[in-house]
Amino acid sequence: MKSGYLILKDGTVFEGKIQGCQKETQGEVVFTTGMTGYPETLTDPSYYGQILTFTYPLIGNYGILKEALESDKIHLSGVVVSEICEQPSHYNCQFSIHDWCLKNNVPVLTDIDTRMLTEKLRNHGTIIGGIFFEKKKNIEFKDVSGENLAKHVSCRDVEIYADGEYKKSVLLYDCGVKMSIIRSLLKRKIRVIKVPWDYDHKKVVDKFDGVLISNGPGDPEKVTALIERVKEIIEADIPILGICLGNQILALSLGAKTYKLKFGHRSQNQPVMDLKTQRCYITSQNHGFAVKQESLPKDAKEWFKNLNDNTCEGIYHAKKPVLGVQFHPEANPGPTDTNWIFDLFLENIDKHAKS
Amino acid sequence: MPNLKKVILLGSGALKIGEAGEFDYSGSQALKSLKEEGIKTVLVNPNIATIQTSKGLADKIYFLPVSAEFVEKIILKEKPDGILLSFGGQTALNCGLELEKFLVEEKIKILGTPIESIKVTEDRDLFKQKLKEIEVKTARSRAVDSLEEAIRAGEKIGYPVLIRSGFSLGGQGSGVANNSSQLEKIAKTSLLHSPQILIEEYLKGWKEIEYEVVRDIEGNTITVCNMENMDPMGVHTGESIVVAPSQTLSNKEYHVLREIALKTINHLKIVGECNIQYALNPNSAEVDYRVIEVNARLSRSSALASKATGYPLAFVACKLGLGYKLRELKNKVTQATCAFFEPALDYLVVKIPRWDLEKFSKTSFEIGSSMKSVGEVMAIGRNFEEAFQKANRMIGLDQNGLVSSSNRLKQKYPGTNFKIHEEGLQKIINLIRTPNSHRVLAIVEGLKRGISPQEINKISHIDEWFIYKIKNITDSMKIIADSPRLDKESLAKAKSLGFSDKQIAVLRKGKETEIENLRKEYKVLPKANQIDTLAAEYPAETNYLYLTYKDKEEPKEAKENKKIIILGSGVYRIGSSVEFDWCAVSCALTLKKLGYQTIIINNNPETVSTDYDICDKLYFEELSFETVKSIYEKEKPLGIIVAMGGQESNNLAVKLSQAGLKVLGTDPADINRAEDRYEFSQLLQNLKISQPEWKQLTEIEEIKKFTEEVGYPVLIRPSYVLSGSAMNVALNEKDLENYLQEATYISQDHPIVVSKFITGAKEIEADAVAYKGEIKATVIGEHVENAGVHSGDATIVVPPQKIYIETINKIKEIVSSIARSLNISGPFNIQFLAKDNEVKVIECNLRASRSFPFSSKITGINLIELATYAILGQQILKQPIPLDLDWVGVKAPQFSFFRIKGADPILKVEMASTGEAGCFGENVYEAYLKSIISTGFKLPKESILLSLGGEKNKIRFLEQALMLAELGYKIYATHSTSKFLKQKGIASEKLYKIHEQNEPNIKTFLEEKKIDLVINITDRFFKKEIEDDYMIRRGAIDCNTPLLTDLKASKLFVLALSKLKRGEISLEIKSEQEYHQAETKNDIQPPLFSDK
Repeated sequence: MKSGYLILKDGTVFEGKIQGCQKETQGEVVFTTGMTGYPETLTDPSYYGQILTFTYPLIGNYGILKEALESDKIHLSGVVVSEICEQPSHYNCQFSIHDWCLKNNVPVLTDIDTRMLTEKLRNHGTIIGGIFFEKKKNIEFKDVSGENLAKHVSCRDVEIYADGEYKKSVLLYDCGVKMSIIRSLLKRKIRVIKVPWDYDHKKVVDKFDGVLISNGPGDPEKVTALIERVKEIIEADIPILGICLGNQILALSLGAKTYKLKFGHRSQNQPVMDLKTQRCYITSQNHGFAVKQESLPKDAKEWFKNLNDNTCEGIYHAKKPVLGVQFHPEANPGPTDTNWIFDLFLENIDKHAKS
Repeated sequence: MPNLKKVILLGSGALKIGEAGEFDYSGSQALKSLKEEGIKTVLVNPNIATIQTSKGLADKIYFLPVSAEFVEKIILKEKPDGILLSFGGQTALNCGLELEKFLVEEKIKILGTPIESIKVTEDRDLFKQKLKEIEVKTARSRAVDSLEEAIRAGEKIGYPVLIRSGFSLGGQGSGVANNSSQLEKIAKTSLLHSPQILIEEYLKGWKEIEYEVVRDIEGNTITVCNMENMDPMGVHTGESIVVAPSQTLSNKEYHVLREIALKTINHLKIVGECNIQYALNPNSAEVDYRVIEVNARLSRSSALASKATGYPLAFVACKLGLGYKLRELKNKVTQATCAFFEPALDYLVVKIPRWDLEKFSKTSFEIGSSMKSVGEVMAIGRNFEEAFQKANRMIGLDQNGLVSSSNRLKQKYPGTNFKIHEEGLQKIINLIRTPNSHRVLAIVEGLKRGISPQEINKISHIDEWFIYKIKNITDSMKIIADSPRLDKESLAKAKSLGFSDKQIAVLRKGKETEIENLRKEYKVLPKANQIDTLAAEYPAETNYLYLTYKDKEEPKEAKENKKIIILGSGVYRIGSSVEFDWCAVSCALTLKKLGYQTIIINNNPETVSTDYDICDKLYFEELSFETVKSIYEKEKPLGIIVAMGGQESNNLAVKLSQAGLKVLGTDPADINRAEDRYEFSQLLQNLKISQPEWKQLTEIEEIKKFTEEVGYPVLIRPSYVLSGSAMNVALNEKDLENYLQEATYISQDHPIVVSKFITGAKEIEADAVAYKGEIKATVIGEHVENAGVHSGDATIVVPPQKIYIETINKIKEIVSSIARSLNISGPFNIQFLAKDNEVKVIECNLRASRSFPFSSKITGINLIELATYAILGQQILKQPIPLDLDWVGVKAPQFSFFRIKGADPILKVEMASTGEAGCFGENVYEAYLKSIISTGFKLPKESILLSLGGEKNKIRFLEQALMLAELGYKIYATHSTSKFLKQKGIASEKLYKIHEQNEPNIKTFLEEKKIDLVINITDRFFKKEIEDDYMIRRGAIDCNTPLLTDLKASKLFVLALSKLKRGEISLEIKSEQEYHQAETKNDIQPPLFSDK
């Protein structure tokens, strides 16, 4: 096993070993505290361009199960873990994590103190860094985290998904959508028309009953083309649901502001409260940006609040069928407590269809 | 929120298999939780060794049985507004269920989970029905209440089936049956203990998974932790090796089960904490599961989950019972985030049970669906290997842990010649196949002999993931042993796989210190990681730590503080349990009060000392020399206290001190003078203190010669005991020869100690505290049973009732002179034999003893508080010896023989009890009855079986037999006893002994519940009789019939019973505070002053 180094922009160096693909890489270094669901996490397009640290020290125990993938590949630039499992065990296991990362050209830095790294990121905030073969100095780091990254992970063409008979159709803006969002809709007998992030909804030939803006990477403010289109959709009173990046885009379309969090929320144990009902849920999250509560215009209301740091976890519109959640109701990885968000969205669609 | 002024909390009583220290943890947290709200608390718990029954937690403590009869009276007296049932295990829950009607009538609010929900979780049929409503799957099963129905159910479901009993703790009376005759056998016993039993499809090879669930009154629900049993279905979770979080579940499996947990718990409307157990099919594409059960209360698993995650489950559960919502509560660890969250771990924990099956004769090492273990440890690591290896050393059976697998198997199975390849391999395969207390050792040995992980998985159904991890360890053993040189990388690698310096030394045939020095030279040092509930996402306010070699230490300068390290007791085992936790906690609280920073090292998840708020820093770690030294070097404390954790921590004193660590209190050299047989004997001789004659010998001929000199009987024991066992009394030469044959490893290195056994002697103990050799406090306790019953199994009376003043004076003198000669500063305990006014010393331990909490609580003199002052070098006021109190305290042993199939419940020199109850009374009779009732003893209503072995016992018991007859009891008796009674004019009905196989037979009468009490006294010096009567004793245990086997205890019992029946005494409902009130007037209180 080759030695490798995680070098952060501020000069901090962690020495470990490189497994998976033997190559150097760069990216925004972030951490996730989820203890399960690493295949889902690895293939979540929202991690595009980032170097992800797993705080849970043993990753790969059950290998890679194909059914657990959220897209067809790893979008991460690199992975950092304490230890990966060489002998995974699961009746359905297809690859070891090492083989999967190798196949995906992604390097995995192991045997570093991920707890120390996490503390560093927590105190300092997310930081640019890279995985290198040698201890280098004066590295030129390129930070893309403030860019429109959705365009890199969005689909190129319109795609239709349907599972047998369907009741309604939903237009899905793909900013890097997780398969579980599509599966959540299919399960509810919805036909999904997936379009690229900046696709003109007016050009969609098929009839659709609602719009879903997916999760995705990068700075929401930079996804301007979509923000403009969403304004029109809201104007047209079409039921709409935004998830994660989609929620931020909704907020921006409504005239609110977003900002970058110090080290983001990447975990499966984030507590949120539904401000309408006081009911609390554990949610799966993966976001570096958030909606500024105080910037919400009249009629745009805060729907969910994070119980740990009070950040905004969702919005709704007092008069229009607009719903946005910062967390991931589709789960995978993580808890399924907020699955009902999809049902609510469908209720809005039904109501709208009737009126 | 309900307006509550006073709440009553039920504890779990004496420690027993299946119900142990975890309920001291949960009760203590609940009391703190109530106190914070300003609610007055009343606690019912006869377990006098617990922390919850200490001053400062509950406002009123009743050392009385947790039974409907007593609790009802306490409630009528105290008039509380609410009651908590879920913090005292199954005992408290069952008591609550029994009291339901009464509680409703008295308008006492049941806090937390409603009683309706409890009933659903306790009744198998209701439970299955309820889960069916929400389409949650349970195992195919049938609840039955008769043998015929049981067999029908077995046929219907198809074999193999699992038999479980409802309303029971720790799977009591359960087992697996492969056919109808096995089913009949198990069901018969189970039905004796439980009105209803369950016949269930046996999910062989399925994984066993648990979730700890918390729900508030509004329905907000979280799972705090999930856990995976390494042993698949069929091994009780208390008997299984458990990891948290689950290791082999995919996200889908994890979250499907989690979702079902939330759905189920919401449907059951549980408020507070509960546990849900699943079986999960490892070979199914869809998540194929069965819900096994829901425990609607705090449990062993919740204690483990609480320690594994840092989430104070019991504390939070109590608040939820009061009506708080989860979102209103803070995360105690971060103090910034909310209690409504699910902990993220960045480590894993491994729990391993400790069995003491070697302590029981006639029992097997097999484990299964019923609990047999007496304690457990939890180890924390950054990988499985690290945590697993730590845990295997922590269980205290062998410091060399897995490295000595081969030696230990050889010792445990002397009948197998492991050297013969085929024979050894076959035995190993059998041990892997059938779950038993040495399965891990067999897996290690099997891997070393080349059995593949796939093969092991096939025969054991343990997930390959675990086997591969263990293989990493065995592969490493070979590398460590074979490498010509240990370079930095390989040493660091070995340490990160959890090897101790000592293990590496053993593998390399070197010395521990060599490895330690090499490690330090290479700068391979452990890092102290924090358990913070959020995997470092938020900074934590508490200092809950573990050591790991997986990460590298960042050099930190220890802050100069007044820090003191206290060593905890480690795993609970027979002979060392909650009493030492009480000592450690009392010591820590005293130090805290004095302004010291306290650091506790302990590894037992059932303890209060490992709670987040007891000390300033907690290392959840090994109590080994290496680990203690590493922590010491990191923390640079003023010193270390070894006297509170029992023998294990005391054993470290000399080694730590020689390594340059400051051991506070009595000088380790003096501790050694008491521990070393020769030195101590010499000391006694110099002081002209008498002791039973003894010799340490290595030759069989010498032993025989010595025995002839002193005369039989003699007490024999190996000087070097690996794991419990092996103390014995030899009555004659044949006995001695048998014993010497069994003692396989008598040798120059492993000599045998033979001492004169004095019969008919009284045993007396003194718990004392000295300061610089000067006695400051002494509490004298008198054993009811004569010498020959281990002091841990004895009934102890404080203050003594039947000791001559002259004897007491002699004891006082001896205590003083030993304290002076050994220059004791701290706690100590001396055991005496007294016969005909002659006093002999049999043992002296310069540490806190098992009876310290009892002695302290009965007398009101907190010996540990005083000892802590003494250890710190602070002057304390001398306490008068409490000999004349207005009350009497009696401590009775709690046995768990029912759990240990086949074990002979006779009392011996080897300790067998798992816990104790201590009660107050106006006199010894009242206190004795209360304390034995507290251990589950039911007073006989109608009939008593007498079986008195030997002429002497018959004559000695005659007066009592008369009393029983006068009280109107129907007396059954065995042949010769019956004859004897007839001669003396006492009518009795003769029953045949079980082996006589004639009717009317004792067996039938026991099974038909025609006997309320068995008094079986054998001539301890007549082996054959002991064997004959084994069946009677075992029969009583198996039929859940109270049993007395000691002459003196039986006599005391009959006397007390007679006084009670005649109305001369009554079992008064008085709190501890009421007893001590009279005394406070005399003000024995603040005994302390500082000389600084």
